[in-house]
Amino acid sequence: MISRQTASIRKSAAFLGEKTFRLAMVMCLVCAMSFVLVQNSPVDPVRAYIGADANQIGTEQRTLIAERWGLDRPPAERFIRWAGQIVRGNLGTSMIFNEPVASVIGKRFIVSLGLMAAAWVLSGILGFALGIISGVWHRRAVSKIIDLYCFVLASAPVFWIAIILLVFFSVMLQWTPVSGSTPPGIPAGEITLAQRLHHMLLPCASLSVISIAGVALHTKKKTVEIMQSDYILYARARGESAFGIVLRHVLRNSLLPAISLHFSSLNEIFGGSVLVEQVFGYPGLGKATVDAGIRGDVPLLLGITIFTTIFIFFGNAAADYLYTVIDPRMRHMEKINEY
Amino acid sequence: MLHIKNLSLSFSRYGGMSFRKVPLKIISDFNIAVHTGEMVAVIGSSGAGKSLLAHAILGILPSNAKLTGDIEFKGSRLTESRKKRIRGNEIALVPQSVAFLDPLESVKKNIQRAAFLNTGSTAKAGIMMNDAFDKYGLADNVGGLLPFQLSGGMARRVLIAAATVSGADLIIADEPTTGLDRNAIDDSLRVLKELTSEGKGVLLITHDIRAALKYADSIAVFYGGTTLEIAAPEDFKHPEKLRHPYTKDLYSSLPENGFVPVAGLNPFGDMIPAGCVYGERCSRKNELCETSRPDRKRINNGDVWCHHA
Ligand SMILES: Nc1ncnc2c1ncn2[C@@H]1O[C@H](COP(=O)(O)OP(=O)(O)OP(=O)(O)O)[C@@H](O)[C@H]1O
Ligand SMILES: [Mg+2]
Repeated sequence: MISRQTASIRKSAAFLGEKTFRLAMVMCLVCAMSFVLVQNSPVDPVRAYIGADANQIGTEQRTLIAERWGLDRPPAERFIRWAGQIVRGNLGTSMIFNEPVASVIGKRFIVSLGLMAAAWVLSGILGFALGIISGVWHRRAVSKIIDLYCFVLASAPVFWIAIILLVFFSVMLQWTPVSGSTPPGIPAGEITLAQRLHHMLLPCASLSVISIAGVALHTKKKTVEIMQSDYILYARARGESAFGIVLRHVLRNSLLPAISLHFSSLNEIFGGSVLVEQVFGYPGLGKATVDAGIRGDVPLLLGITIFTTIFIFFGNAAADYLYTVIDPRMRHMEKINEY
Repeated sequence: MLHIKNLSLSFSRYGGMSFRKVPLKIISDFNIAVHTGEMVAVIGSSGAGKSLLAHAILGILPSNAKLTGDIEFKGSRLTESRKKRIRGNEIALVPQSVAFLDPLESVKKNIQRAAFLNTGSTAKAGIMMNDAFDKYGLADNVGGLLPFQLSGGMARRVLIAAATVSGADLIIADEPTTGLDRNAIDDSLRVLKELTSEGKGVLLITHDIRAALKYADSIAVFYGGTTLEIAAPEDFKHPEKLRHPYTKDLYSSLPENGFVPVAGLNPFGDMIPAGCVYGERCSRKNELCETSRPDRKRINNGDVWCHHA
């Protein structure tokens, strides 16, 4: 018993070690690449900083600012200085918010997190349910309708779905707010949860659409496979009803791959939130990303890039880890051979 | 208890040179009877359709299968709807391999479920499960194991235990000996044999002739999708008592009887002739054998389907 415990601790340590190493590698690569990209982009940080006053400021002053920021140094030196600050946890100051990048990301992320978590859970549950139904009644009309629905969803652009929903529910029916995450003109303390949820409804619906199709189609494939397996044949031979078969064998066996897949699809939701937040004027991290890009806020853009990398990395690592924890076949690999 | 008369099974599938569905014959005119307290072995080579025979009795064939003939169970016709009703509680299957166990269902849950489907009571199912654990020498810690953690012999015992707690009167054991060593083979066949003394019927499906001869009360020789002979195990001790040329050839092909191989291949699907299925390989083949299927003849307390017997 004790040796099994130490073995499992050793396994977890190895897992953590490997992931940390990978994260470090990924971070180095992402930092280097984003630096090169920003370097070669048309964004001029000095100009972005000066903003509207561009006409009143002469070339000398611009050179002065550039020198003060070290922009006249060779790129390699600048990269090392920047990376050194990043390692120390200093992401710099956002130009458009006039606030440390870390605190901008923190505030915005909280807003997005609720939206993304709701969309993620919703799409997981709906996708799984649709996949099971479509898989169990494979080749029937229900299955075909679900498949069609999934293919349409999978190929429709998110922002397009968001706009359709917005036009229909907010503009025509006026059931939902047109923009924002809270009603305008009300102090933060007086906003109710119901109001927040009301504002979240449409963004959440459009965002969840992204991963429903993926989970549903994957679960369906798995379910069809399970339905044709020998163990389902045996369950039928034992007099198990169709309902019992789904409940006792199909759900459980298709849940593991679905959960694992859904964790690795976190990046889709993250990416989708950029578009959805833009359409609904939802003040989360996604909208901050677009603003930073359009207005040339380099520190914020780089900060968000780094943050996103870490977030998605943890999503994928969680998927890998869960797979080893939930699946009992992975949990105790030792085979019993006493007989 | 179980009487099967002229059972035929074919699949419709796309094949040959045409785009139309053509039937693929697997079993034709198969006959057998299993009585209370009796173990009947069906012996046949791999791929002959033995598992499909078991599935046909249980009504779990694939949807493209076509089944004809008569199956009678406990005195009345076994229709598809009756199969559906009684499978798992009057007829139980011991499946061919561990692949038939849900990979995420522990041994305990599996046996308990089989018992629950029989009794409909959780309490009774628990008691039956504990009894089964004692009876089949399954240690307590085995209950928590998953199929992949079981050795071949252990998996077999679990499958047999699940079949017995189901309370079935007829147990169909599909190759309960494949992949086991001699000891484990004896072990699992002895357990099945014990069930006959409790008044159950056992249909043993196997390609292991020696194991069948040792334990079964009656041996049905399955070849080319049909029964050629039904003989007592004792008949195999004296080759002159065997009734069918194939059974005789089979006897001589056993290692202890000279290992004389039978030339040619087992007929399958489209290769199955209209006449006697053994015709192609039989030394006594004549015109009659080519044109007509022999009817059953009763000789010396056994059955044979041969024109020359
Ligand atoms: N759905 C199907 N459609 C067409 N042919 C099938 C189908 N299912 C099985 N068969 C064929 O039927 C034949 C008999 O299969 P079966 O599993 O009953 O053989 P078996 O005698 O049990 O062999 P083994 O000793 O390997 O278990 C096989 O050759 C297989 O190819
Ligand atoms: Mg088989």
